[in-house]
Amino acid sequence: MKRITVNEKWCLGCHLCEYYCAFANSGGEDMAKALKGITIQPRLRIEQAGCISFAVACRHCDTPLCVKSCITGSLSVRDGVVCVDREKCVGCYTCVMVCPYGAVMPSESGAIQKCELCTQRSPGIPACVSGCPNGAIVLENGG
Amino acid sequence: MEREGSIRIPAGCAIAGIISREGKRFSGDAIRRSMSMMHERSNGLGGGFAGYGIYPEYKDAYALHVFYDNIEAREACEKYLDSRFDIVNLSKIPVKKIRAITGEPLIWRYFVHPLPTRLADSQLDENEFTRRCVFRVNTSIEGAYVFSSGKNMGVFKAVGYPEDVAEFYQIGDYEGCCWTAHGRYPTNTPGWWGGAHPFSLLDMTVVHNGEISSYDANRRFIEMYGYTCTLKTDTEVITYILDYLVRKIGLDFTEASNVIAAPFWSTIASKDEREKQRLTYLRNMFASLLITGPFSILVGFNGGLMMLNDRLKLRSMVMGEKDDFVYFASEEAAIRAVEPAVENLYAPRGGEAVIVLTKGGASHAD
Amino acid sequence: MPIDFLYPKFEVVRNPQRCIACRVCERQCANEVHRFDPALNLMESDESKCVDCHRCVSLCPTRALKIVETDHAFRKNANWSGEIISEIYLQAKSGGVLLSSMGNPAGHPIYWDKLLINASQVTNPSIDPLREPIETKTFLGKKTHDIKRDKNGHLVTETSPQLEISMPVMFSAMSYGSISYNAHECLARAAAELGIYYNTGEGGLHEDFYRYGAHTIVQVASGRFGVHKDYLEAGAAIEIKMGQGAKPGIGGHLPGGKIVGDIAKTRMIPEGSDAISPAPHHDIYSIEDLRQLVYSLKEATGYRKPVIVKIAAVHNVAAIASGIARSGADIIAIDGFRGGTGAAPTRIRDHVGIPIELALASVDDRLREEGIRQDVSLVAGGSVRSSADIVKAIALGADAVYVATAPLLALGCHLCATCFTGKCNWGIATQEPELVKRLNPEIGFLRLVNLLTAWKHEISEMMGGMGINSIEALKGNRLMLRGVGLNEKELQILGVRHAGE
Repeated sequence: MKRITVNEKWCLGCHLCEYYCAFANSGGEDMAKALKGITIQPRLRIEQAGCISFAVACRHCDTPLCVKSCITGSLSVRDGVVCVDREKCVGCYTCVMVCPYGAVMPSESGAIQKCELCTQRSPGIPACVSGCPNGAIVLENGG
Repeated sequence: MEREGSIRIPAGCAIAGIISREGKRFSGDAIRRSMSMMHERSNGLGGGFAGYGIYPEYKDAYALHVFYDNIEAREACEKYLDSRFDIVNLSKIPVKKIRAITGEPLIWRYFVHPLPTRLADSQLDENEFTRRCVFRVNTSIEGAYVFSSGKNMGVFKAVGYPEDVAEFYQIGDYEGCCWTAHGRYPTNTPGWWGGAHPFSLLDMTVVHNGEISSYDANRRFIEMYGYTCTLKTDTEVITYILDYLVRKIGLDFTEASNVIAAPFWSTIASKDEREKQRLTYLRNMFASLLITGPFSILVGFNGGLMMLNDRLKLRSMVMGEKDDFVYFASEEAAIRAVEPAVENLYAPRGGEAVIVLTKGGASHAD
Repeated sequence: MPIDFLYPKFEVVRNPQRCIACRVCERQCANEVHRFDPALNLMESDESKCVDCHRCVSLCPTRALKIVETDHAFRKNANWSGEIISEIYLQAKSGGVLLSSMGNPAGHPIYWDKLLINASQVTNPSIDPLREPIETKTFLGKKTHDIKRDKNGHLVTETSPQLEISMPVMFSAMSYGSISYNAHECLARAAAELGIYYNTGEGGLHEDFYRYGAHTIVQVASGRFGVHKDYLEAGAAIEIKMGQGAKPGIGGHLPGGKIVGDIAKTRMIPEGSDAISPAPHHDIYSIEDLRQLVYSLKEATGYRKPVIVKIAAVHNVAAIASGIARSGADIIAIDGFRGGTGAAPTRIRDHVGIPIELALASVDDRLREEGIRQDVSLVAGGSVRSSADIVKAIALGADAVYVATAPLLALGCHLCATCFTGKCNWGIATQEPELVKRLNPEIGFLRLVNLLTAWKHEISEMMGGMGINSIEALKGNRLMLRGVGLNEKELQILGVRHAGE
């Protein structure tokens, strides 16, 4: 099962992961053009207190509360990844409220958004993982 | 053009050796025939022979063969030798004038014993005393060059093809129990007789085919121990290394071969514990005497002969047997030229020393 | 005072088209160069604080930043350079000694770049390292002048203690304190992985790293920081630091501000106290005193560990090395005048000592002339920058080289040469936890392994080209070198011929 794990020991709180996430999900080809002048809406967030920081993103739980609570069936588990079908989402935000990690959030379009491990993009390494300058975000494969 | 010794001249070559296990003496004509078969491996710029057991009548005296450029050099050298040695016999080495060999120097032979008082004063053994005197002549008497200095053996060499050199020195008239020979293919034209091979130090002679890449590492190391490399040839440095390891340090020839053609570390790792320790010790303690790059050598000494290739076997060398004789040559054809019915032909592997001792011979050069 | 005003050396050039105001530069700059102005919604810079370390440039996700040298200049003067003028203003203001970090950057000759390596053609085959073994393993330690046999005639194979290295390169001394815990962890793990050694420097050995002891050289310097019996026992070899190439003749000074927590504990000094290494060892005022320390350390460790004596390359280095070789040392390390440092007085760093290439050549020659080259191994350091430099050093006569600046670069150092500020943005020369964590040893260790693995490949290629398949046959093999653009004297000292000869 794929998931990203975050080691706060190496998180620098630089927030680069948020920008790489936002860019990856923007569909744009140039980060400067895609993100210039906007307030980004990344699917993971850096939480910070004092000198401790770490990125919070969807954990792709084995029995995800968000999927269980979804009233329209727009959330589902595909190959271990909790995915959203935006067409089906009616914006009730039950999932936003039940997620204990705050990893599901409304998007500008009204539907919810969450980390889907960049499976919608060209397959491979999630943008936050490849963009972290200190190896603090790691993609783990398998159980 | 710079003379040999002031620059380093790479060379390719032909080499051959014949030894009688029983120590029977045989004419040098056999080695001449073997060499003439490999004519194409030389280019006429150097050839030579070493014969063991050729001076039975003076077997306890050091036989010095000397090239002189002129009379003055001879006078200076003889004066020096007189002060250090009892000269029991001196003569010109007989040669036959032939058209193929020109520009010969004065070639003299002396049978000598170190003066007992001088020897005692030096606090050296007889061999070391003689070695130092030979170095002294070669480095400080201009125009004199001792090219052979062992007991009951002699080196004969010249600028020319080996078979012509044999004719010039009338090698067929000498009888020895072991012969080695060399034909040279240098990439330059040194035109100096002293630069031809075999190279010798006391009774140890080396003929060599190859061009070693470790040369300066070896040279700079061995020069720490009283050897001066005046010729800058591979053969010279290999001879000094063997003299150092065998005569001075006291290794046997097998151990010396484990130093100069040391097995790869991966090979050493595959040996049993005791052998691993032995090989690691030799390789580590004498690391600067490891010889890399292509070489095949025949090392002659009173009592035997050693054949050795570099550890990658980058130069050809085969051996064969027939009755009492063991034959070595760069090419099988050169063995068959002497003994068409040769048996047990074998190409020793890289780094595999083959040591043949004559009956009653010791494995040490002394 | 207006006289003291110095225009900033560097300018931060920010491409407004590309900057997305993500503020990574601001968060990552420990010097506080970058600042976000919410009113203008723009990033701004205070370039007077910039040290040109490139942390911001490297992390900027849109490549919006570059740092350039200012074109603001003093009136052109070949004698009075801007650097010298500025330094005079600084000293007139402070009354203090100028400090610098890393190696001498001045324009003295770099002899490595004036030496060229040979290759085989025709008469002798080159060897392809992909098809044939090329051996880079070697041993450091005393060799023998004679052999012993047991009663059965077998060789006695016991030797003086030896260090086995898989390639002729070791990480040279950098103390815990001058560099971070994470930097040490990178070096220790990489040394163990590579089959080489790293060196604790003079700051002791952190208890977490005792497990890498088999690949550790423990240093004993004039301050004796962190030296105790277990420490000496922990390492594979002991190095007595007599001098350092970056600051020959003077000691070291780690300010009390850096002596915190584990650093104080490891150095065995109170927190907050300055760690001052005296200029000389106060128990070594002459060569015979050195011999006593060498044998004290050998006694303390049962003659099981080789002792290295490290000296700076100074004018009389050959005679000094000869003395050391006769004082029981197993290995002599020579540090050239371009060697790095965490902090050194600028004038000393830039004006004292001699180039390692000349020092190495003359020491190797002298030891051979005296017939004692076998009694010691030689390790050369002080700006060995690449595999080619290593090959040249070995051919000049070194048994191995010490490298430090190159591995630091591999860990992220951008040679801004301001280690002494303690605010290393790359997490190397700093003890501030939030900066130290920027160097993740999982990444750093691998980068060191990569660098040396790459060098090993290159060394093998160059050796193979020369037809040499064992590093021992390259050692002191000066015929494999030729000089270019060197005068007769330089060629004579280096013991090489000119190219074309």
